[in-house]
Amino acid sequence: MVKGFRSIAGVAALSTLALGATPAMAATEVVWWHAMEGSLGDKVNEIADGFNQSQSDYVVKPVYKGTYSENLTSTIAAFRAGNAPAITQVYEVGTATMMNARGAIYPVYQLMADTDQPFDPAAYLPAVTGYYSTTDGNMLSLPFNSSTPVVYYNRDLFEKAGLNPDTPPTTWEEMAEAGKKIVDSGAASCGFTTTWPSWIQLENFAARQNIPFASEQNGFGGPSARLTFNKSEAVIKHVQDLIDWQKSGVFAYGGREDQASPRFFSGNCAMLMASSASYASVRDNTKNFEFGVAPLPWDPDVIDQPKNSIIGGASLWVLKGQEDAVYQGVAKFFNYLSSPKVQADWHQFTGYLPITDKAYALTREQHFYEENPGTEIALKQMTSGTPSDNSRGLRLGNMPQIRDVIEEELERALNGDKSAQQALDDAATRGNELLEQFERSVS
Amino acid sequence: MAPQLLIVLVFFFWPAITALRQSLYVQDAFGLGETFAGLANFTRVLASQSYHEALFNTAIFSVSVALGAMGIALLLATMADRVLRASRVYRTLLIWPYAVAPAAAGVLWMFMFDPTLGVLSRALAALGVHWDFRLNGHQAMALVIIAAIWQQMSYNFVFFLAGLQGIPASLLEAAAIDGAGPWRRFWTITFPLISPTSFFLLVMNTIYAFFDTFGTIDTTTSGGPGGATRTLVYKLYQDGIVGLDLGGSAAQSVLLMLMVGLLTLVQFRYVERRVQYH
Repeated sequence: MVKGFRSIAGVAALSTLALGATPAMAATEVVWWHAMEGSLGDKVNEIADGFNQSQSDYVVKPVYKGTYSENLTSTIAAFRAGNAPAITQVYEVGTATMMNARGAIYPVYQLMADTDQPFDPAAYLPAVTGYYSTTDGNMLSLPFNSSTPVVYYNRDLFEKAGLNPDTPPTTWEEMAEAGKKIVDSGAASCGFTTTWPSWIQLENFAARQNIPFASEQNGFGGPSARLTFNKSEAVIKHVQDLIDWQKSGVFAYGGREDQASPRFFSGNCAMLMASSASYASVRDNTKNFEFGVAPLPWDPDVIDQPKNSIIGGASLWVLKGQEDAVYQGVAKFFNYLSSPKVQADWHQFTGYLPITDKAYALTREQHFYEENPGTEIALKQMTSGTPSDNSRGLRLGNMPQIRDVIEEELERALNGDKSAQQALDDAATRGNELLEQFERSVS
Repeated sequence: MAPQLLIVLVFFFWPAITALRQSLYVQDAFGLGETFAGLANFTRVLASQSYHEALFNTAIFSVSVALGAMGIALLLATMADRVLRASRVYRTLLIWPYAVAPAAAGVLWMFMFDPTLGVLSRALAALGVHWDFRLNGHQAMALVIIAAIWQQMSYNFVFFLAGLQGIPASLLEAAAIDGAGPWRRFWTITFPLISPTSFFLLVMNTIYAFFDTFGTIDTTTSGGPGGATRTLVYKLYQDGIVGLDLGGSAAQSVLLMLMVGLLTLVQFRYVERRVQYH
């Protein structure tokens, strides 16, 4: 009768079953739980196969465990039952949860040192690894699939509206002007729409404009961080702009996650703010028009030079409780995964960012960016300038729920229930309750 | 021990006791440490505004789904009962939706009502209705209610039809000869005679609306927009599975169990008095 109870017990029971049968093999098995489905999942298997064939001591075994949150929940349940995998993929918003589980995780920098594997932190792109490192630069988890938001625009609709498709808008003001022209000329019924509303319109807006999203260096300083975005005039103005643009058609809200994409594919909206990793999906769904890629807009009234945008995606965490031989295998595999060849291939195939300078250079040498225009925009946007405390990323506990809260309040502002200020204040208050709760649970 | 008792023990009592225990502790997700919190989880849940909103949403949702699904099913059953030709075909078609998995049904409705691509939202736009359930909370609520009713209607239909067929034709014929019209015959003879079925369905539909609509809500609106379709069971999932707030979600599940227990008790005490068993 009571489903709530069952689901909690069920998760524990299922994950125990899944791990129960481990065949005995000569090579040491390294289990890797991930959340990559479809062609990404195939690519993960391909990477593991490549590693397995490159040597004979270790066998990496990837297991697809559902969505990011399902994988995290399964990992935790398995850990509690003493059956955790060696490697698990955790989304960026779960970073604080993992990081604070000190008894459960094996930090990557420490693993590399303990296993005497060659490891040079300077080889990695700081804008990508910063999200997953301590404030003094020690890498806790290995970035695997990282992306950053960019703007995809419909070149055909730009021409129809009398806009130059070679000079897409770069600032929010230009964005509004372009949107207005698109709507007024009847080229499309909406200027732009956005996927992942909190990530792109708040988290990245704050980073790019160098505005603190939360105290304690956006949470990097410790779990006592509290949300501060509602104190920024620029953030309030941006939400107010979205409300006004929603009314005039410059902007159309299309839902959470990537629910807004069809509005762009169908020609309903002329521009789409989405992850750089959506490149392949955008290419496949826009056969009937030409599209272009542009950087995420910024506001010159707030900052002279925009900061880097922040990443999304996931990283690989190593869990405690395995034998030493397994950790040797994990370290070898991480080295293989970071090699320029594997990284460049993964980057080019998926649109996720490469994690090392060498992989970036290799992709350039292979003329990939010339042959696929727009694919380098995200990298340039990420690597311009040094990340600041406000653009290194977010490390907030209960972040998946905080994102839900922010998106709820944004929706309430956009449908006219609340003012921009009120919605942001409420989002911060509710989010701070979650942060307090997190702080209590880890202290 | 009897196997059925063992099943109840493993699948109900054991998790229920675990939840009860967990609701009294504050714990990190990995279970590395826990502190006794007394009733703090309960007071936190009961004081939070989002819990009140979810309670309100659940009330609206459950009443609408139970009444809607039962009302429509009764209407269809009454009509199907009178069909003479090809009655089996009608009945099979009406029972069909029950075989569709809740998640699949949710996706089906979501596509039909998709603000940009949906067939029905285009039809609504032609009628001058601006349909956007991704932003309009009332429309989102209407959508999940429709999807849930569609799912549950068939179940109710089967029971109502069986109930109607159990009514002796002679009773209705005698009333007809005495000059009672169809409306009067329904209210004075049919309705009282199917009241045990209706009562059973009321209890089942309440439980359905409270617990079994998770898949439907998850695939259509995911509790949004602005939490407008977040019911108690959906909130429990979000806080427990996504948010990993074990203490808080355990407290919510204990509260939910109390609520449904209480509701069923009330139904048995007050509604059942009006039921006429024969």
